Amino acid sequence: MFPTPIQKRPRSAQITYQAFLPVALIVWLLPLLAVALFSIKPDADFTNGNYWGVPSSFEAFTNYGKVFFESNMPRYLLNSLFITIPTVIGAVALSCMAGFALGVYKFKGNLLIFFIFIAGNFVPFQILMVPVRDLTVSMNLYDTKLGLVLFHVAFQTGFCTLFMRNFIRALPFPLIEAARVEGVAEWRIFLYVVLPLMKPALAALAVLIFTFIWNDYFWAVVLTQGPDAQPVTAGITEFNSQFRAAYHLMSAGSIVAALPPVAMFFLMQKHFIAGLTLGAVK
Amino acid sequence: MTEAYWEDTMHSILKTSLAALVAFGATASTAMADAHSLSGELRITSDMSNPAPRAVMEGLVEDFGALHPELEIDLTIVDREAWKTQIRNALGANPPDVVNWYAANRMRPYVDAGLFADISDLWAEPEFEALASTKGAMTLDDKQWGVPYTYYQWGVYYRKDIFDQYGLSEPTTWEEEMANCQTLLDNGVKCYTIGTKFLWTAGGWFDYINSRTNGYDFHIALARGEIEWTDDRVRQTFANWRQLIDMGAFIEDHQNYSWQEALPFMLNGEAASYLMGNFAVAAMRDGGLTDDQLDFYQFPVINASVDYAEDAPTDTFHIASGAQNMDAAKEFLRFVTSAEVQTEINGGGALGQLPVNANASIDDDKFLEQGFEMLSSNANGGIMQFFDRDFSAEMASVGMEGLQEFMVFPDSLDDILARLEETRQRIYE
Amino acid sequence: MSSADTNRSWYKRNEIAITPWLFLLPAMLFFAVYVIIPIGQSFWISLHEWDGLGDKTWVGTANYERLLGIGDQNIDRKFEVSFWNNLRWLVLYLLAIPAGLFIALFLNQTVTGIRLYKSLFFFPFVISQVVVGLVFSWFYLPNDGLFDVIIGWFGLDIRGGVLGNPNTATYGIIAAGLWPQTAYCMILYLTGLNAVDPEQVEAARLDGAKGRKMLWYVILPQLKPATFIAFVVTIIGALRSFDLISVMTNGGPFGSTRVLSFYMFEESLSEFGFRMGYGAAIAVVLFFIMLGFIVYFLWSMYQDDKGAR
Repeated sequence: MFPTPIQKRPRSAQITYQAFLPVALIVWLLPLLAVALFSIKPDADFTNGNYWGVPSSFEAFTNYGKVFFESNMPRYLLNSLFITIPTVIGAVALSCMAGFALGVYKFKGNLLIFFIFIAGNFVPFQILMVPVRDLTVSMNLYDTKLGLVLFHVAFQTGFCTLFMRNFIRALPFPLIEAARVEGVAEWRIFLYVVLPLMKPALAALAVLIFTFIWNDYFWAVVLTQGPDAQPVTAGITEFNSQFRAAYHLMSAGSIVAALPPVAMFFLMQKHFIAGLTLGAVK
Repeated sequence: MTEAYWEDTMHSILKTSLAALVAFGATASTAMADAHSLSGELRITSDMSNPAPRAVMEGLVEDFGALHPELEIDLTIVDREAWKTQIRNALGANPPDVVNWYAANRMRPYVDAGLFADISDLWAEPEFEALASTKGAMTLDDKQWGVPYTYYQWGVYYRKDIFDQYGLSEPTTWEEEMANCQTLLDNGVKCYTIGTKFLWTAGGWFDYINSRTNGYDFHIALARGEIEWTDDRVRQTFANWRQLIDMGAFIEDHQNYSWQEALPFMLNGEAASYLMGNFAVAAMRDGGLTDDQLDFYQFPVINASVDYAEDAPTDTFHIASGAQNMDAAKEFLRFVTSAEVQTEINGGGALGQLPVNANASIDDDKFLEQGFEMLSSNANGGIMQFFDRDFSAEMASVGMEGLQEFMVFPDSLDDILARLEETRQRIYE
Repeated sequence: MSSADTNRSWYKRNEIAITPWLFLLPAMLFFAVYVIIPIGQSFWISLHEWDGLGDKTWVGTANYERLLGIGDQNIDRKFEVSFWNNLRWLVLYLLAIPAGLFIALFLNQTVTGIRLYKSLFFFPFVISQVVVGLVFSWFYLPNDGLFDVIIGWFGLDIRGGVLGNPNTATYGIIAAGLWPQTAYCMILYLTGLNAVDPEQVEAARLDGAKGRKMLWYVILPQLKPATFIAFVVTIIGALRSFDLISVMTNGGPFGSTRVLSFYMFEESLSEFGFRMGYGAAIAVVLFFIMLGFIVYFLWSMYQDDKGAR
């Protein structure tokens, strides 16, 4: 309702608005369009200083072919997948349970524990860095996907628990009461009464965490190295170190690296936004 | 042969079969396997991750394995850049037997922490005489902590065709260098390309100008923290450097580029030369420069009363102090440094660098030949390992940042030197 | 037999009291090991000199004294630069909130294809900061970069390029960071605008309120929850700025784009680093800056929570 719907404005304003939309979008996405352009250019264009002009030849197949068949990209992508998916499962599972405990039961320390989870989630990564790295090294998990997964699960549990607890609180409590009256065990209430109602929250969290973890760079640098365990965010700069900056390959690689979360976003848009904007309305 | 030599040899026989074999005149490395069979597992972690070095490392393991069929060799190759931070963990718990690293002060943290094995006994063996020129770089606290396997010269790589076009010849003095540069600038060509985004390239310029201005001994004393950064002699170094900066000799905006990103300026003729290590030759040839277009000269004399000193960084192998198979590890180090292997792995088809063993032969490549000639007969001042290996780690990082700032804002020199001096006092006093 | 029986009944009797703890246990365990305990450990490490290899040497508060320049030493220059840059990030990053609101208002219409427009405007947020950093660093390239070309039309030139000039580099990185952050704030406001009470808007219209007045007095108060979340995520994002700096300038030129989080990483884990104690001290300072905000956030949430029950 605000601002005034365009339909109530003069015809000229409507046309201007409709025409301005695509222009604004192009300006907004200009940096991305540039990468897309870079990724189909031949290497020679960059040596010749033709950065932003029309590509002198169309090299999309060559560039993307190189990314997929002549670099470590596929390995990095797989690593990202093997880091992201277990993390999503682990963090969601842990936080469902914790959220259930904090959302349904009244006990001493409930709010305190809840606030510790939230506070921990806001903490700067750097204060965890050295001890977590030492811990990972001492468990012999440095430079393994598992080492990264364990940390991510633990850290994301903070945010996920906040999310789940608030969601469960909004569920109709009488349902749980009714089950209790019938003598259903508490863990069964969780499994058969609460969990089915949590489906939208599970979906929202899963896509959110997927995106967060996929895009993580800091912990990838701290806890892993090399193509054995490193995810794609850390691996992408590899194109740079081989020779001079290979803009065309890095662009193609960037697009490939960005694709999974983008696909996830467009496929699960409703859940994604529901997750992100939790609490934005009362 | 002297008494001492025999005594030495006899001593070694007890410990190693290789020494014994050499003493009896057996030099062919194939003979080693028959006399002494190593067994168990040998774990090697290498940072030779770029394509050519990787092939070399894999070949080394294969050949060594063929000599010792009983030995199981487990090779892990990690990214060269990543290894610089990973080595600490690797050496900590359950370390491999043999690792790659760098010479001089870069060894210091691991030596101090007791993570590198003392291999002075290896260096006492007679065949290590052939490695004498590198012994200093491997020595800390009067002991040796590793062996070198390759090194390479630094110097000015230049576009011969551009020099010819303007009638220039290789300069030998600072005046000639500056005159050349002026001619190039008058014709719209920058004298030097450089990319200082990752800082160390500026360290090369400082190494050369400082050692040419004040001599090798002064340079090393500065690296050891024995001289104040605000010393007038240091200022003289910067004053000389500034002459070039004020002329506009360096390409613009160099703080945005890596050394590779600065290469195109030389490839397309916008800049005429590059102060670099010999590894850059491969990239220049790759970029389309032929050997007719590309040449090399030694950094010119600035102060005629000091000898030439050269940057020639050495790459190394070390044994972890927690190594499980010490015998095999030492044998591998002997193998890598032997004349035969040195000739092979440093050849043009392999690393394309200089062998560390005096009895090895140098590949037929004009840059390697010139470099070897320069280092063996025209570097009487001494061999520097490079700014980030001669200076302690913290001093190097603060220092190189200051050097980069100086190259962009030479007017900030006083401030920069005060900052470096403050760091020096904190670290060394 | 009988003991199992009593056990069960004991569990049955206390089921409601025990169950929450059983459900909490795994999450608490993970969180304690990886988050809570490490915070304490970092405090402990910051009181030592430690290279991450050998033994730690107790130095008391020496690391903090050096950092803050207490006693007869100067304040650590790198720390000073990092701290001011952190403040720049904090203040300028908040621009994402009005910018996001502006775009949300612009897109809050019902015309054909508007949903796709909204998705595409939100798109930058989904992309990794590493990719955003790479893209913007190409955008900023001296001479060849699009930005340099565009300001060239106006006869402007930034010496050394945006990221090569110590006076502009930090702002260049912040601008890159604002791009996805604005998208995030936009989506928060779009959701908030959906829930604005139409009756109130109509009522205000009848009273003659429109334009800016309407926004300020009627709409914004209703968007308060969205603004609060936008504020929280933006502050956290600003203090966590690491990826972009690492990718775009690596802290340079000559250290002018460092922030505390990057400086801490550099001291502890970079090629010439491994001063864990000093790094931990930087992290502790950063933690205390953040703590101020965390307490404020928690307090606000606590007020909300009390109101809800």
